Amino acid sequence: MMDKFISIEGIAKRYRGAAGGEIAVFEDLWLSMARGEFGCVIGHSGCGKTTVLNILAGLDEPSEGVVIVDGQAIEGTSLDRAVIFQSHALLPWRTVLGNVAYAVSSKWRDWDRAKVKAHAQIFIDLVGLTGAEHKRPSELSGGMKQRVGIARALSITPKIMLMDEPFSALDALTRGTLQDEVRRICLETGQTAFMITHDVDEAIYLADKIFLMTNGPGAVLAEIVENPLPKNRGRADLHRHPYYYAVRNHIVDFLVSRSKTFAADMPSHDPRDVPVVRIGKSELVIASVSDAQQEDPKLESWQGISRPSTSS
Amino acid sequence: MTTSLRFRAAIVSIALFLGFIAVWHIATRGSGVVANMSPEYAKLMGATATQGKSAMPGPIDVGGKLWEHLKRPFYDNGPNDKGLGIQLGYSIARVGLGYFLAVLVAIPLGFLIGMSPLISTALDPFIQILKPISPLAWMPLALYTIKDSGLSAIFVIFICSVWPMLLNTAFGVAAVRKEWINVARTLEVGTVRRAFTVILPAAAPTILTGMRISIGIAWLVIVAAEMLVGGTGIGYFVWNEWNNLSITNVIIAILLIGLVGMLLDQVLARFTRMVTFPE
Repeated sequence: MMDKFISIEGIAKRYRGAAGGEIAVFEDLWLSMARGEFGCVIGHSGCGKTTVLNILAGLDEPSEGVVIVDGQAIEGTSLDRAVIFQSHALLPWRTVLGNVAYAVSSKWRDWDRAKVKAHAQIFIDLVGLTGAEHKRPSELSGGMKQRVGIARALSITPKIMLMDEPFSALDALTRGTLQDEVRRICLETGQTAFMITHDVDEAIYLADKIFLMTNGPGAVLAEIVENPLPKNRGRADLHRHPYYYAVRNHIVDFLVSRSKTFAADMPSHDPRDVPVVRIGKSELVIASVSDAQQEDPKLESWQGISRPSTSS
Repeated sequence: MTTSLRFRAAIVSIALFLGFIAVWHIATRGSGVVANMSPEYAKLMGATATQGKSAMPGPIDVGGKLWEHLKRPFYDNGPNDKGLGIQLGYSIARVGLGYFLAVLVAIPLGFLIGMSPLISTALDPFIQILKPISPLAWMPLALYTIKDSGLSAIFVIFICSVWPMLLNTAFGVAAVRKEWINVARTLEVGTVRRAFTVILPAAAPTILTGMRISIGIAWLVIVAAEMLVGGTGIGYFVWNEWNNLSITNVIIAILLIGLVGMLLDQVLARFTRMVTFPE
Protein backbone atom coordinates (compact mmCIF):
# COMPACT_ATOMS: atom_id res chain seq x y z
CA MET A 1 0.00 0.00 0.00
CA MET A 2 1.32 3.43 -0.89
CA ASP A 3 1.88 5.94 1.86
CA LYS A 4 -0.95 8.32 2.51
CA PHE A 5 0.56 11.77 2.67
CA ILE A 6 -2.85 13.36 2.54
CA SER A 7 -5.73 11.34 3.89
CA ILE A 8 -9.24 12.68 3.97
CA GLU A 9 -11.18 10.35 6.21
CA GLY A 10 -14.96 10.31 6.15
CA ILE A 11 -15.55 14.04 5.98
CA ALA A 12 -19.03 15.48 5.55
CA LYS A 13 -20.28 19.01 5.11
CA ARG A 14 -23.85 19.88 5.97
CA TYR A 15 -25.67 23.16 5.90
CA ARG A 16 -28.87 24.06 7.62
CA GLY A 17 -31.59 24.07 4.98
CA ALA A 18 -34.30 26.68 4.65
CA ALA A 19 -36.92 24.25 5.94
CA GLY A 20 -34.92 23.59 9.12
CA GLY A 21 -33.48 20.25 8.07
CA GLU A 22 -29.85 19.70 7.15
CA ILE A 23 -28.62 19.54 3.57
CA ALA A 24 -25.46 17.53 3.02
CA VAL A 25 -23.20 18.85 0.28
CA PHE A 26 -21.28 15.59 0.56
CA GLU A 27 -21.19 12.76 3.06
CA ASP A 28 -18.55 10.26 4.10
CA LEU A 29 -15.85 11.34 1.67
CA TRP A 30 -12.59 9.37 1.67
CA LEU A 31 -9.64 10.40 -0.42
CA SER A 32 -5.91 9.91 -0.17
CA MET A 33 -2.83 11.03 -2.01
CA ALA A 34 0.83 10.09 -1.88
CA ARG A 35 3.71 12.50 -1.41
CA GLY A 36 4.69 14.24 -4.61
CA GLU A 37 1.45 13.41 -6.36
CA PHE A 38 -0.64 15.86 -8.33
CA GLY A 39 -4.37 15.35 -7.77
CA CYS A 40 -7.17 17.04 -9.64
CA VAL A 41 -10.81 17.09 -8.63
CA ILE A 42 -13.37 17.39 -11.40
CA GLY A 43 -17.08 17.76 -10.88
CA HIS A 44 -19.94 20.07 -11.65
CA SER A 45 -20.57 23.26 -9.71
CA GLY A 46 -22.20 22.62 -6.37
CA CYS A 47 -20.62 19.23 -5.77
CA GLY A 48 -18.55 20.63 -2.94
CA LYS A 49 -15.14 20.67 -4.62
CA THR A 50 -14.27 24.05 -3.21
CA THR A 51 -15.53 22.99 0.21
CA VAL A 52 -13.19 19.98 0.12
CA LEU A 53 -10.30 22.24 -0.78
CA ASN A 54 -11.20 24.77 1.91
CA ILE A 55 -11.38 22.00 4.49
CA LEU A 56 -8.00 20.77 3.33
CA ALA A 57 -6.68 24.32 3.62
CA GLY A 58 -8.21 24.70 7.07
CA LEU A 59 -10.36 27.64 5.98
CA ASP A 60 -13.51 25.59 6.52
CA GLU A 61 -14.32 22.85 8.98
CA PRO A 62 -15.97 19.55 8.13
CA SER A 63 -19.22 18.73 9.91
CA GLU A 64 -17.79 15.28 10.47
CA GLY A 65 -14.57 13.39 9.82
CA VAL A 66 -10.91 14.33 9.84
CA VAL A 67 -8.16 15.23 7.42
CA ILE A 68 -4.69 13.87 8.09
CA VAL A 69 -1.67 15.42 6.47
CA ASP A 70 1.77 13.93 6.96
CA GLY A 71 0.57 11.83 9.89
CA GLN A 72 -1.18 14.64 11.73
CA ALA A 73 -4.83 15.62 11.87
CA ILE A 74 -5.11 19.18 10.62
CA GLU A 75 -6.51 21.90 12.79
CA GLY A 76 -7.16 25.21 11.11
CA THR A 77 -4.92 26.78 8.53
CA SER A 78 -1.21 26.12 8.31
CA LEU A 79 1.84 27.42 6.53
CA ASP A 80 2.39 23.82 5.40
CA ARG A 81 -0.61 24.12 3.11
CA ALA A 82 -0.43 27.00 0.67
CA VAL A 83 -3.48 28.09 -1.27
CA ILE A 84 -3.55 29.59 -4.74
CA PHE A 85 -6.86 31.39 -4.95
CA GLN A 86 -9.07 31.52 -8.00
CA SER A 87 -9.20 35.31 -7.84
CA HIS A 88 -5.44 35.54 -7.12
CA ALA A 89 -6.27 37.43 -3.87
CA LEU A 90 -3.26 39.72 -3.99
CA LEU A 91 -3.15 42.60 -1.53
CA PRO A 92 -3.60 45.56 -3.90
CA TRP A 93 -1.77 48.06 -1.68
CA ARG A 94 1.42 45.98 -1.80
CA THR A 95 3.80 45.56 -4.70
CA VAL A 96 4.61 42.19 -6.27
CA LEU A 97 7.64 41.91 -4.01
CA GLY A 98 5.57 43.12 -1.04
CA ASN A 99 2.95 40.44 -1.60
CA VAL A 100 5.48 37.63 -1.77
CA ALA A 101 7.54 39.08 1.08
CA TYR A 102 4.41 39.21 3.23
CA ALA A 103 4.10 35.45 2.94
CA VAL A 104 7.83 34.92 3.50
CA SER A 105 7.93 37.09 6.60
CA SER A 106 4.82 35.31 7.91
CA LYS A 107 6.63 31.98 7.73
CA TRP A 108 10.05 33.11 8.97
CA ARG A 109 9.24 35.85 11.45
CA ASP A 110 12.78 36.35 12.70
CA TRP A 111 14.29 36.97 9.28
CA ASP A 112 15.55 40.44 8.58
CA ARG A 113 14.31 42.51 5.68
CA ALA A 114 17.18 41.70 3.34
CA LYS A 115 16.84 37.96 3.85
CA VAL A 116 13.07 38.09 3.29
CA LYS A 117 13.58 40.12 0.15
CA ALA A 118 16.24 37.78 -1.24
CA HIS A 119 14.06 34.74 -0.57
CA ALA A 120 10.99 36.38 -2.17
CA GLN A 121 13.07 37.35 -5.18
CA ILE A 122 13.98 33.71 -5.85
CA PHE A 123 10.32 32.82 -6.27
CA ILE A 124 9.50 35.94 -8.29
CA ASP A 125 12.28 34.88 -10.66
CA LEU A 126 10.95 31.32 -10.67
CA VAL A 127 7.57 32.37 -12.02
CA GLY A 128 9.19 34.65 -14.56
CA LEU A 129 8.28 38.04 -13.07
CA THR A 130 11.82 39.40 -12.80
CA GLY A 131 11.66 43.12 -13.40
CA ALA A 132 8.07 43.52 -12.23
CA GLU A 133 8.89 43.38 -8.50
CA HIS A 134 7.89 46.94 -7.78
CA LYS A 135 4.66 46.96 -9.75
CA ARG A 136 1.34 46.93 -7.98
CA PRO A 137 -1.24 44.25 -8.79
CA SER A 138 -3.41 46.80 -10.61
CA GLU A 139 -0.59 47.30 -13.11
CA LEU A 140 -0.37 43.59 -13.94
CA SER A 141 -2.32 41.47 -16.39
CA GLY A 142 -4.50 38.62 -15.12
CA GLY A 143 -1.84 36.04 -15.93
CA MET A 144 0.89 37.99 -14.17
CA LYS A 145 -1.30 38.41 -11.10
CA GLN A 146 -1.80 34.68 -10.91
CA ARG A 147 1.96 34.20 -11.30
CA VAL A 148 2.39 36.35 -8.21
CA GLY A 149 -0.19 34.16 -6.47
CA ILE A 150 1.84 31.09 -7.43
CA ALA A 151 5.10 32.71 -6.29
CA ARG A 152 3.50 33.63 -2.98
CA ALA A 153 2.26 30.08 -2.43
CA LEU A 154 5.60 28.53 -3.39
CA SER A 155 7.68 30.99 -1.37
CA ILE A 156 6.65 29.46 1.94
CA THR A 157 7.83 26.05 0.67
CA PRO A 158 4.60 24.30 1.62
CA LYS A 159 4.13 20.57 1.94
CA ILE A 160 1.01 20.82 -0.20
CA MET A 161 -0.13 23.31 -2.74
CA LEU A 162 -3.89 23.76 -2.95
CA MET A 163 -5.31 25.35 -6.05
CA ASP A 164 -8.93 26.38 -6.48
CA GLU A 165 -9.49 26.73 -10.22
CA PRO A 166 -6.42 28.92 -10.43
CA PHE A 167 -6.51 29.46 -14.19
CA SER A 168 -10.24 29.61 -14.86
CA ALA A 169 -10.29 33.41 -15.12
CA LEU A 170 -7.46 33.52 -17.65
CA ASP A 171 -7.49 33.44 -21.43
CA ALA A 172 -6.56 30.15 -23.10
CA LEU A 173 -3.05 31.18 -24.13
CA THR A 174 -2.06 32.50 -20.70
CA ARG A 175 -3.67 29.47 -19.10
CA GLY A 176 -1.50 27.20 -21.21
CA THR A 177 1.76 28.88 -20.25
CA LEU A 178 0.84 28.94 -16.59
CA GLN A 179 -0.08 25.24 -16.68
CA ASP A 180 3.36 24.58 -18.15
CA GLU A 181 4.97 26.61 -15.37
CA VAL A 182 3.04 24.87 -12.62
CA ARG A 183 3.82 21.46 -14.08
CA ARG A 184 7.51 22.29 -14.42
CA ILE A 185 7.74 23.64 -10.87
CA CYS A 186 5.84 20.70 -9.37
CA LEU A 187 8.02 18.18 -11.20
CA GLU A 188 11.24 19.98 -10.28
CA THR A 189 10.41 20.38 -6.61
CA GLY A 190 8.40 17.18 -6.12
CA GLN A 191 5.57 19.33 -4.83
CA THR A 192 2.39 17.60 -3.70
CA ALA A 193 -0.50 19.46 -5.26
CA PHE A 194 -4.25 19.33 -5.08
CA MET A 195 -6.22 21.22 -7.66
CA ILE A 196 -9.82 21.88 -8.50
CA THR A 197 -10.69 22.38 -12.12
CA HIS A 198 -13.51 22.34 -14.62
CA ASP A 199 -11.14 21.78 -17.48
CA VAL A 200 -10.72 18.14 -18.48
CA ASP A 201 -7.61 18.80 -20.59
CA GLU A 202 -6.01 20.70 -17.76
CA ALA A 203 -6.59 17.74 -15.45
CA ILE A 204 -5.14 15.27 -17.98
CA TYR A 205 -2.10 17.45 -18.56
CA LEU A 206 -1.32 18.17 -14.93
CA ALA A 207 -2.69 15.41 -12.74
CA ASP A 208 -1.40 12.00 -11.74
CA LYS A 209 -4.78 11.16 -10.31
CA ILE A 210 -8.11 12.61 -11.30
CA PHE A 211 -10.89 12.47 -8.75
CA LEU A 212 -14.38 12.44 -10.23
CA MET A 213 -17.18 13.75 -8.07
CA THR A 214 -20.90 13.29 -8.70
CA ASN A 215 -23.40 16.14 -8.59
CA GLY A 216 -24.42 17.64 -5.28
CA PRO A 217 -26.18 17.79 -2.94
CA GLY A 218 -25.16 14.46 -1.54
CA ALA A 219 -22.09 14.33 -3.80
CA VAL A 220 -19.76 11.35 -3.61
CA LEU A 221 -16.31 10.63 -4.91
CA ALA A 222 -17.26 8.24 -7.70
CA GLU A 223 -13.98 7.20 -9.29
CA ILE A 224 -10.28 7.83 -9.20
CA VAL A 225 -8.83 7.90 -12.69
CA GLU A 226 -5.12 7.16 -12.85
CA ASN A 227 -3.54 9.17 -15.58
CA PRO A 228 -2.15 6.69 -18.13
CA LEU A 229 -0.01 9.29 -19.87
CA PRO A 230 3.75 9.20 -19.27
CA LYS A 231 5.25 11.49 -16.64
CA ASN A 232 7.28 13.35 -19.26
CA ARG A 233 4.23 14.28 -21.33
CA GLY A 234 4.39 17.53 -23.20
CA ARG A 235 1.58 19.90 -24.04
CA ALA A 236 2.20 19.80 -27.79
CA ASP A 237 1.87 16.04 -28.29
CA LEU A 238 -0.56 15.36 -25.46
CA HIS A 239 -3.49 14.70 -27.78
CA ARG A 240 -1.43 12.32 -29.92
CA HIS A 241 -0.91 9.90 -27.09
CA PRO A 242 -2.89 6.71 -27.76
CA TYR A 243 -4.56 6.78 -24.33
CA TYR A 244 -5.39 10.48 -24.45
CA TYR A 245 -8.84 10.20 -26.00
CA ALA A 246 -9.69 7.15 -23.97
CA VAL A 247 -9.10 8.94 -20.71
CA ARG A 248 -10.63 12.16 -21.98
CA ASN A 249 -13.77 10.39 -23.20
CA HIS A 250 -14.06 8.53 -19.93
CA ILE A 251 -14.02 11.79 -17.94
CA VAL A 252 -16.30 13.67 -20.33
CA ASP A 253 -18.78 10.79 -20.33
CA PHE A 254 -18.76 10.85 -16.58
CA LEU A 255 -19.39 14.61 -16.44
CA VAL A 256 -22.06 14.56 -19.13
CA SER A 257 -24.16 11.63 -18.02
CA ARG A 258 -22.85 9.42 -15.25
CA SER A 259 -22.31 12.20 -12.70
CA LYS A 260 -26.10 12.67 -12.52
CA THR A 261 -27.13 9.03 -12.36
CA PHE A 262 -24.18 7.59 -10.45
CA ALA A 263 -25.97 7.26 -7.11
CA ALA A 264 -28.87 5.38 -8.71
CA ASP A 265 -26.66 3.22 -10.93
CA MET A 266 -24.22 2.18 -8.25
CA PRO A 267 -26.17 1.52 -5.04
CA SER A 268 -23.32 -0.64 -3.73
CA HIS A 269 -20.74 2.17 -4.07
CA ASP A 270 -18.42 2.05 -1.08
CA PRO A 271 -17.05 5.53 -0.32
CA ARG A 272 -14.09 3.97 1.53
CA ASP A 273 -13.11 1.87 -1.44
CA VAL A 274 -13.57 4.04 -4.48
CA PRO A 275 -12.89 2.18 -7.75
CA VAL A 276 -9.63 3.12 -9.40
CA VAL A 277 -9.87 3.40 -13.15
CA ARG A 278 -6.71 2.44 -15.03
CA ILE A 279 -7.26 3.22 -18.66
CA GLY A 280 -5.49 0.72 -20.86
CA LYS A 281 -5.10 -1.86 -18.09
CA SER A 282 -7.01 -5.11 -18.21
CA GLU A 283 -9.72 -4.33 -15.64
CA LEU A 284 -11.42 -1.65 -17.69
CA VAL A 285 -12.12 -2.32 -21.30
CA ILE A 286 -12.78 0.59 -23.54
CA ALA A 287 -12.89 0.09 -27.28
CA SER A 288 -10.12 2.49 -28.11
CA VAL A 289 -7.88 1.11 -25.40
CA SER A 290 -7.56 -2.34 -26.93
CA ASP A 291 -6.44 -0.65 -30.12
CA ALA A 292 -4.09 1.58 -28.27
CA GLN A 293 -2.37 -1.33 -26.59
CA GLN A 294 -1.14 -2.54 -29.92
CA GLU A 295 0.37 0.79 -30.57
CA ASP A 296 3.41 -0.22 -32.55
CA PRO A 297 1.88 -2.77 -34.94
CA LYS A 298 -0.92 -0.36 -35.75
CA LEU A 299 1.50 2.36 -36.56
CA GLU A 300 3.43 0.04 -38.86
CA SER A 301 0.34 -1.17 -40.63
CA TRP A 302 -0.72 2.37 -41.21
CA GLN A 303 2.63 3.19 -42.73
CA GLY A 304 2.35 0.02 -44.77
CA ILE A 305 -0.86 1.24 -46.30
CA SER A 306 0.78 4.34 -47.60
CA ARG A 307 3.83 2.50 -48.74
CA PRO A 308 2.62 0.65 -51.85
CA SER A 309 2.49 3.78 -53.94
CA THR A 310 6.18 4.44 -53.36
CA SER A 311 7.59 0.90 -53.33
CA SER A 312 5.88 -0.55 -56.35
CA MET B 1 -8.36 68.85 -23.70
CA THR B 2 -8.32 68.75 -19.88
CA THR B 3 -6.24 71.89 -19.60
CA SER B 4 -8.50 73.64 -22.02
CA LEU B 5 -11.52 72.55 -19.97
CA ARG B 6 -9.88 73.75 -16.78
CA PHE B 7 -8.98 77.03 -18.42
CA ARG B 8 -12.51 77.57 -19.64
CA ALA B 9 -13.94 76.63 -16.25
CA ALA B 10 -11.61 79.15 -14.59
CA ILE B 11 -12.82 81.87 -16.91
CA VAL B 12 -16.44 81.05 -16.08
CA SER B 13 -15.61 81.03 -12.35
CA ILE B 14 -13.95 84.42 -12.51
CA ALA B 15 -16.81 85.82 -14.58
CA LEU B 16 -19.34 84.54 -12.05
CA PHE B 17 -17.32 86.05 -9.21
CA LEU B 18 -17.03 89.43 -10.90
CA GLY B 19 -20.73 89.34 -11.76
CA PHE B 20 -21.60 88.61 -8.16
CA ILE B 21 -19.39 91.45 -6.90
CA ALA B 22 -20.93 93.82 -9.44
CA VAL B 23 -24.50 92.90 -8.46
CA TRP B 24 -23.56 93.21 -4.81
CA HIS B 25 -21.98 96.60 -5.41
CA ILE B 26 -24.95 97.94 -7.34
CA ALA B 27 -27.46 96.58 -4.83
CA THR B 28 -25.71 98.23 -1.88
CA ARG B 29 -24.95 101.53 -3.59
CA GLY B 30 -27.69 103.26 -1.58
CA SER B 31 -31.14 104.61 -2.34
CA GLY B 32 -30.17 108.22 -2.68
CA VAL B 33 -33.49 109.29 -1.15
CA VAL B 34 -32.71 111.44 1.85
CA ALA B 35 -35.53 112.84 3.93
CA ASN B 36 -35.25 116.35 5.25
CA MET B 37 -34.86 116.34 8.98
CA SER B 38 -33.55 118.53 11.72
CA PRO B 39 -29.89 117.97 12.68
CA GLU B 40 -30.91 116.81 16.19
CA TYR B 41 -33.20 114.21 14.74
CA ALA B 42 -30.58 113.21 12.16
CA LYS B 43 -28.13 112.37 14.95
CA LEU B 44 -30.53 109.74 16.19
CA MET B 45 -30.93 108.21 12.80
CA GLY B 46 -28.61 105.85 10.96
CA ALA B 47 -26.69 106.59 7.83
CA THR B 48 -29.44 104.98 5.73
CA ALA B 49 -31.88 107.69 6.60
CA THR B 50 -29.48 110.65 6.68
CA GLN B 51 -27.13 109.96 3.77
CA GLY B 52 -29.14 107.44 1.76
CA LYS B 53 -26.49 104.73 2.32
CA SER B 54 -27.45 101.09 2.17
CA ALA B 55 -27.70 99.28 5.49
CA MET B 56 -25.85 96.38 3.89
CA PRO B 57 -22.09 96.85 3.45
CA GLY B 58 -20.89 96.75 -0.13
CA PRO B 59 -17.96 94.76 -1.48
CA ILE B 60 -15.60 97.70 -1.11
CA ASP B 61 -16.42 98.10 2.61
CA VAL B 62 -15.93 94.38 3.18
CA GLY B 63 -12.72 94.30 1.17
CA GLY B 64 -11.27 97.24 3.06
CA LYS B 65 -12.20 95.76 6.42
CA LEU B 66 -10.83 92.38 5.41
CA TRP B 67 -7.54 94.00 4.49
CA GLU B 68 -7.41 95.61 7.95
CA HIS B 69 -7.99 92.24 9.58
CA LEU B 70 -5.40 90.53 7.41
CA LYS B 71 -2.83 93.16 8.29
CA ARG B 72 -3.26 92.50 12.01
CA PRO B 73 -4.61 89.00 12.44
CA PHE B 74 -3.24 88.35 15.93
CA TYR B 75 -3.85 91.51 17.99
CA ASP B 76 -5.44 91.16 21.40
CA ASN B 77 -7.20 94.18 22.93
CA GLY B 78 -9.03 92.31 25.65
CA PRO B 79 -11.88 89.84 25.70
CA ASN B 80 -14.14 91.57 23.15
CA ASP B 81 -11.54 92.66 20.64
CA LYS B 82 -9.18 90.01 19.36
CA GLY B 83 -7.68 89.50 15.91
CA LEU B 84 -9.42 87.12 13.55
CA GLY B 85 -6.36 84.88 13.51
CA ILE B 86 -6.66 84.37 17.26
CA GLN B 87 -10.39 83.66 17.03
CA LEU B 88 -9.91 81.16 14.22
CA GLY B 89 -7.01 79.64 16.13
CA TYR B 90 -9.25 79.00 19.13
CA SER B 91 -11.88 77.37 16.96
CA ILE B 92 -9.38 75.20 15.11
CA ALA B 93 -7.78 74.14 18.39
CA ARG B 94 -11.17 73.14 19.83
CA VAL B 95 -12.10 71.23 16.70
CA GLY B 96 -8.67 69.62 16.60
CA LEU B 97 -8.82 68.45 20.19
CA GLY B 98 -12.41 67.18 20.10
CA TYR B 99 -11.78 65.53 16.74
CA PHE B 100 -8.56 63.90 17.93
CA LEU B 101 -10.35 62.44 20.96
CA ALA B 102 -13.09 61.17 18.66
CA VAL B 103 -10.49 59.47 16.44
CA LEU B 104 -8.98 57.80 19.50
CA VAL B 105 -12.36 56.39 20.48
CA ALA B 106 -14.07 55.79 17.13
CA ILE B 107 -11.37 53.92 15.25
CA PRO B 108 -10.54 51.21 17.82
CA LEU B 109 -14.23 50.85 18.68
CA GLY B 110 -15.13 50.74 14.99
CA PHE B 111 -12.55 47.97 14.50
CA LEU B 112 -14.10 46.03 17.34
CA ILE B 113 -17.62 46.46 15.94
CA GLY B 114 -16.47 45.55 12.45
CA MET B 115 -14.61 42.43 13.55
CA SER B 116 -17.10 41.11 16.10
CA PRO B 117 -20.69 40.47 15.05
CA LEU B 118 -21.57 40.08 18.75
CA ILE B 119 -20.34 43.56 19.73
CA SER B 120 -21.83 44.97 16.56
CA THR B 121 -25.31 43.65 17.33
CA ALA B 122 -25.02 44.52 21.03
CA LEU B 123 -23.99 48.14 20.43
CA ASP B 124 -26.29 48.73 17.49
CA PRO B 125 -29.34 50.04 19.45
CA PHE B 126 -27.17 52.50 21.39
CA ILE B 127 -25.55 53.83 18.25
CA GLN B 128 -28.87 54.09 16.45
CA ILE B 129 -30.33 56.22 19.26
CA LEU B 130 -27.26 58.34 19.99
CA LYS B 131 -26.34 59.07 16.37
CA PRO B 132 -29.32 61.28 15.38
CA ILE B 133 -29.08 63.50 18.49
CA SER B 134 -28.07 67.03 17.57
CA PRO B 135 -24.66 67.64 19.12
CA LEU B 136 -25.89 70.95 20.58
CA ALA B 137 -28.56 69.10 22.56
CA TRP B 138 -25.71 67.73 24.66
CA MET B 139 -24.55 71.23 25.54
CA PRO B 140 -26.59 71.83 28.73
CA LEU B 141 -25.69 68.39 30.02
CA ALA B 142 -22.04 68.98 29.20
CA LEU B 143 -22.02 72.41 30.88
CA TYR B 144 -23.71 70.95 33.95
CA THR B 145 -21.36 67.99 34.33
CA ILE B 146 -18.07 69.39 33.04
CA LYS B 147 -18.63 72.85 34.52
CA ASP B 148 -16.31 74.43 31.97
CA SER B 149 -17.59 76.09 28.84
CA GLY B 150 -14.41 75.52 26.79
CA LEU B 151 -14.30 71.83 27.62
CA SER B 152 -18.02 71.54 26.92
CA ALA B 153 -17.46 72.87 23.41
CA ILE B 154 -14.71 70.28 22.91
CA PHE B 155 -17.06 67.59 24.18
CA VAL B 156 -19.72 68.68 21.69
CA ILE B 157 -17.16 68.45 18.87
CA PHE B 158 -16.17 65.02 20.11
CA ILE B 159 -19.72 63.73 20.20
CA CYS B 160 -20.61 65.03 16.74
CA SER B 161 -17.50 63.75 14.99
CA VAL B 162 -17.46 60.32 16.61
CA TRP B 163 -20.43 58.82 14.72
CA PRO B 164 -19.43 59.08 11.07
CA MET B 165 -15.96 57.79 11.92
CA LEU B 166 -17.32 54.95 14.05
CA LEU B 167 -19.82 53.79 11.47
CA ASN B 168 -17.44 54.10 8.53
CA THR B 169 -14.67 52.26 10.36
CA ALA B 170 -17.05 49.47 11.37
CA PHE B 171 -18.36 49.22 7.83
CA GLY B 172 -14.91 49.33 6.26
CA VAL B 173 -13.57 46.65 8.59
CA ALA B 174 -16.59 44.39 8.16
CA ALA B 175 -16.44 44.74 4.38
CA VAL B 176 -12.79 43.71 3.96
CA ARG B 177 -12.70 41.09 1.21
CA LYS B 178 -12.96 37.55 2.49
CA GLU B 179 -10.14 36.44 0.20
CA TRP B 180 -7.68 38.89 1.78
CA ILE B 181 -8.62 37.62 5.22
CA ASN B 182 -8.19 34.07 3.91
CA VAL B 183 -4.72 34.93 2.64
CA ALA B 184 -3.79 36.08 6.13
CA ARG B 185 -5.37 32.98 7.64
CA THR B 186 -3.51 30.56 5.39
CA LEU B 187 -0.29 32.37 6.28
CA GLU B 188 -1.06 31.90 9.99
CA VAL B 189 -0.94 35.65 10.58
CA GLY B 190 -2.02 36.47 14.15
CA THR B 191 -5.03 38.65 14.95
CA VAL B 192 -3.07 41.80 15.79
CA ARG B 193 -0.76 41.54 12.78
CA ARG B 194 -3.75 40.75 10.58
CA ALA B 195 -5.54 43.87 11.86
CA PHE B 196 -2.57 46.07 10.99
CA THR B 197 -1.34 44.46 7.78
CA VAL B 198 -4.58 43.44 6.08
CA ILE B 199 -7.67 44.98 7.64
CA LEU B 200 -6.28 48.46 8.30
CA PRO B 201 -4.90 49.05 4.79
CA ALA B 202 -7.99 47.49 3.21
CA ALA B 203 -10.40 49.58 5.29
CA ALA B 204 -8.29 52.77 5.28
CA PRO B 205 -10.08 54.48 2.37
CA THR B 206 -13.47 53.94 4.04
CA ILE B 207 -12.13 55.04 7.43
CA LEU B 208 -10.63 58.19 5.92
CA THR B 209 -13.92 58.98 4.19
CA GLY B 210 -15.61 58.80 7.60
CA MET B 211 -12.94 61.08 9.04
CA ARG B 212 -13.50 63.54 6.23
CA ILE B 213 -17.25 63.63 6.88
CA SER B 214 -16.52 64.10 10.58
CA ILE B 215 -14.19 67.06 10.17
CA GLY B 216 -16.84 68.76 8.03
CA ILE B 217 -19.51 68.24 10.68
CA ALA B 218 -17.15 69.31 13.47
CA TRP B 219 -16.42 72.58 11.69
CA LEU B 220 -20.15 73.18 11.17
CA VAL B 221 -20.88 72.53 14.83
CA ILE B 222 -18.04 74.56 16.36
CA VAL B 223 -19.53 77.84 15.11
CA ALA B 224 -22.88 77.08 16.72
CA ALA B 225 -21.23 75.77 19.90
CA GLU B 226 -19.08 78.89 20.28
CA MET B 227 -22.11 81.13 19.80
CA LEU B 228 -23.58 79.42 22.86
CA VAL B 229 -20.41 79.10 24.90
CA GLY B 230 -19.00 82.55 24.17
CA GLY B 231 -15.64 83.97 25.11
CA THR B 232 -13.44 83.08 22.18
CA GLY B 233 -13.58 81.49 18.77
CA ILE B 234 -14.92 82.40 15.36
CA GLY B 235 -18.49 81.46 16.35
CA TYR B 236 -18.32 83.86 19.28
CA PHE B 237 -16.84 86.49 16.96
CA VAL B 238 -19.81 86.20 14.60
CA TRP B 239 -22.28 86.57 17.44
CA ASN B 240 -20.34 89.42 19.04
CA GLU B 241 -20.19 91.32 15.77
CA TRP B 242 -23.91 90.75 15.32
CA ASN B 243 -24.43 92.36 18.70
CA ASN B 244 -22.17 95.20 17.53
CA LEU B 245 -24.28 95.40 14.38
CA SER B 246 -21.08 95.14 12.36
CA ILE B 247 -22.45 93.30 9.35
CA THR B 248 -19.12 93.83 7.58
CA ASN B 249 -17.32 91.74 10.18
CA VAL B 250 -20.07 89.10 10.08
CA ILE B 251 -19.62 88.76 6.33
CA ILE B 252 -15.85 88.53 6.72
CA ALA B 253 -16.27 85.84 9.38
CA ILE B 254 -18.64 83.86 7.14
CA LEU B 255 -16.08 84.01 4.35
CA LEU B 256 -13.27 82.82 6.61
CA ILE B 257 -15.37 79.99 8.07
CA GLY B 258 -15.93 78.75 4.57
CA LEU B 259 -12.25 79.02 3.68
CA VAL B 260 -11.04 77.15 6.77
CA GLY B 261 -13.68 74.48 6.29
CA MET B 262 -12.50 73.98 2.74
CA LEU B 263 -8.87 73.72 3.84
CA LEU B 264 -9.71 71.12 6.51
CA ASP B 265 -11.64 69.10 3.94
CA GLN B 266 -8.78 69.32 1.44
CA VAL B 267 -6.27 68.05 4.01
CA LEU B 268 -8.44 65.00 4.72
CA ALA B 269 -9.08 64.50 1.01
CA ARG B 270 -5.32 64.40 0.46
CA PHE B 271 -4.91 61.79 3.20
CA THR B 272 -7.72 59.74 1.64
CA ARG B 273 -5.97 59.78 -1.70
CA MET B 274 -2.74 58.64 -0.05
CA VAL B 275 -4.31 55.47 1.37
CA THR B 276 -6.54 54.68 -1.60
CA PHE B 277 -5.24 51.77 -3.66
CA PRO B 278 -6.21 50.99 -7.23
CA GLU B 279 -7.57 47.52 -7.89
